[in-house]
Amino acid sequence: MKLNVSDINKSYNGKAVLQDCSVSFEKGAVYALMGPNGSGKSTFLRICALLETPDKGSVEYLSGDSIVRNDIGLRRRITLVLPGVGVFNTTVHKNVVYGLKIRGLSKEEIRRRADSALEFAGLLHKKDHNALTLSTGEGQRLGIARAMVIEPEILFLDEPTVSTDQENTAIIEGIILDMKKKGMSTVIITTHDPAQAERLTDRVLIMRDGKIIEQKSP
Amino acid sequence: MHSISEGLIKAFSLIGSFDADLLKIIFLTLEVSGVALLIATALGLPLGALVGLRKFPLQRVAISLMNTFMGLPPVVVGLFLYLILSRSGPLGFMGLLYTPLAMILAQTILALPIIASLSHSAIVNVDPIIRQASITLGATPVQVTLNIMKEARYGIMSGIIAGLGRVMAEVGAVLIVGGNIAGYTRVMTTTIALETDKGNFELAIALGIILLVLSLAINMFLHLVQRKGALQPIR
Ligand SMILES: Nc1ncnc2c1ncn2[C@@H]1O[C@H](COP(=O)(O)OP(=O)(O)OP(=O)(O)O)[C@@H](O)[C@H]1O
Ligand SMILES: [Mg+2]
Repeated sequence: MKLNVSDINKSYNGKAVLQDCSVSFEKGAVYALMGPNGSGKSTFLRICALLETPDKGSVEYLSGDSIVRNDIGLRRRITLVLPGVGVFNTTVHKNVVYGLKIRGLSKEEIRRRADSALEFAGLLHKKDHNALTLSTGEGQRLGIARAMVIEPEILFLDEPTVSTDQENTAIIEGIILDMKKKGMSTVIITTHDPAQAERLTDRVLIMRDGKIIEQKSP
Repeated sequence: MHSISEGLIKAFSLIGSFDADLLKIIFLTLEVSGVALLIATALGLPLGALVGLRKFPLQRVAISLMNTFMGLPPVVVGLFLYLILSRSGPLGFMGLLYTPLAMILAQTILALPIIASLSHSAIVNVDPIIRQASITLGATPVQVTLNIMKEARYGIMSGIIAGLGRVMAEVGAVLIVGGNIAGYTRVMTTTIALETDKGNFELAIALGIILLVLSLAINMFLHLVQRKGALQPIR
C-alpha cells in the first residue's frame, strides 16, 4: 500500500499543531520524521495511523491506483507503536498475541508468529513475565514485537529508541533493518538521532512548527 | 454471663452436628445472595462500563446517581419493594412478597449500584494509552471496550466482592420483603435478628459465628484481590 497525505491541518484548543502537511509514502521504503520537540511529529503519526482525524486535508491509503476504504479492514493492515507503548497488564506472550487473537487467526499461526517475534525481540525467556515488570528497553521491544506479528503493510514507530541503551537500540534497529531487507512493510519512525536516520532510512522528513519543511535523503 | 457461655456451647454443638435447620438457612443465604450478585453483576458491570466509556448527555448526573445509590438505606429499599409487591401494590398480582425471589430482588437493588459504581471508577482509571494501543493493534470498538475492562479487572472484582459483602450482611430489606418464614425465607441475618428477640440465643450465636467467618473470608479475598491489583509496578 501507498500512503498519500495531503494538506492536513490540525489544531488543539485553537492552537495549530499541523499546517498543510503533504507527503507520499511509497511501498516498502523506510522514512524518518525528524524535528524539534513539539513540532508535531507524534500528532502527524497518529493522524496517519488513523487514530485521529485531521481538521482539514486527507489521509489516503492506495492499493495500486484505488483508494482503500477507511474501515477496520484498513486499520488492520497498518499499526502504530506509541511512545510509551501501552503494554497490557498481562504476560509478555499475551501482549504479543493480542493482535492475532482479535483477528481470529488459527492457533498454529498464532504460535508460529508469536514465537518468531519474541525470539526476534529477545523476549522469549520473558514470555511468561508480566509485561508491566519489563524495563523501558524491553517494553519498547515488546511494543515492536506486538506490532510485527500483525505483519503490517505500514508500521509507524514513534520514538522507538528514545530511552533505550545502546544494546536495546541495536536490537530495535536490527528489527527495522530486517523489515527493510524483506521489503514487505513501509516503516515510518520518528527520531532525534540523525545517525540513526542515516543507518535505517531511505528518506528523511524534517518538521518544524507543524510544517514539513524539507524532504531529503539521509 | 451464664447465657453467653451456655449459648456458645450449644451454638458450637449445633454447628458440629450439621443441624438441618442451620444448613437450610445457610444454603438459602448463599443462594439468595449468590443469585442477586449474579444479576447485579450482569446489569451493573455493563452499566458501569457504558457510563465510563461512552459520552452522553447527563453523564455527570448518571455518575452521581450511581454513587448516591451506593449508600441506599436497606430498610428504605425494603419498604419501597414492600409497597410495590404487597397485594395492593402495582406488582401485587405476582404474589412475590414473602418469597425468596423478593429477597433476591431486594439484594440485587442493593448490590447493583455498588458494582456499577466501583466498576465505573476502575474502568475510567485505566490509562488512556490502553485504548489507543488496542485500536492501533486492530481492535473493533467492542474489542477495545473488552480490553479496557480486562485491564480494570482487579477493580471490577473488588466491586463485586464488596457487593457480596453488603448483601450478605444486610438485614433490613430482606426482613421486610422476605418475612423470615421458617424453612422458606429465613436467611442468616434475619434469623439472628428474630431469634435474639425471642431469647433463642444458640441458633443466633451459631449463625453469628458462621456469618462472621464468611465476612472475614470475603474481606480477606477482597484484600488479596486489591493487593494483586496494586502489585503491578508502574512504569
Ligand atoms: N491531545 C493533545 N491536546 C492538546 N495539545 C496537544 C495534544 N497532542 C499534542 N498537542 C500539542 O501539539 C504540539 C505538538 O505535539 P507532538 O506531540 O505532536 O510533538 P512532537 O514533535 O511529537 O514532540 P516530541 O519530539 O516532544 O515528541 C505540542 O505543542 C503539544 O502540546
Ligand atoms: Mg512525539
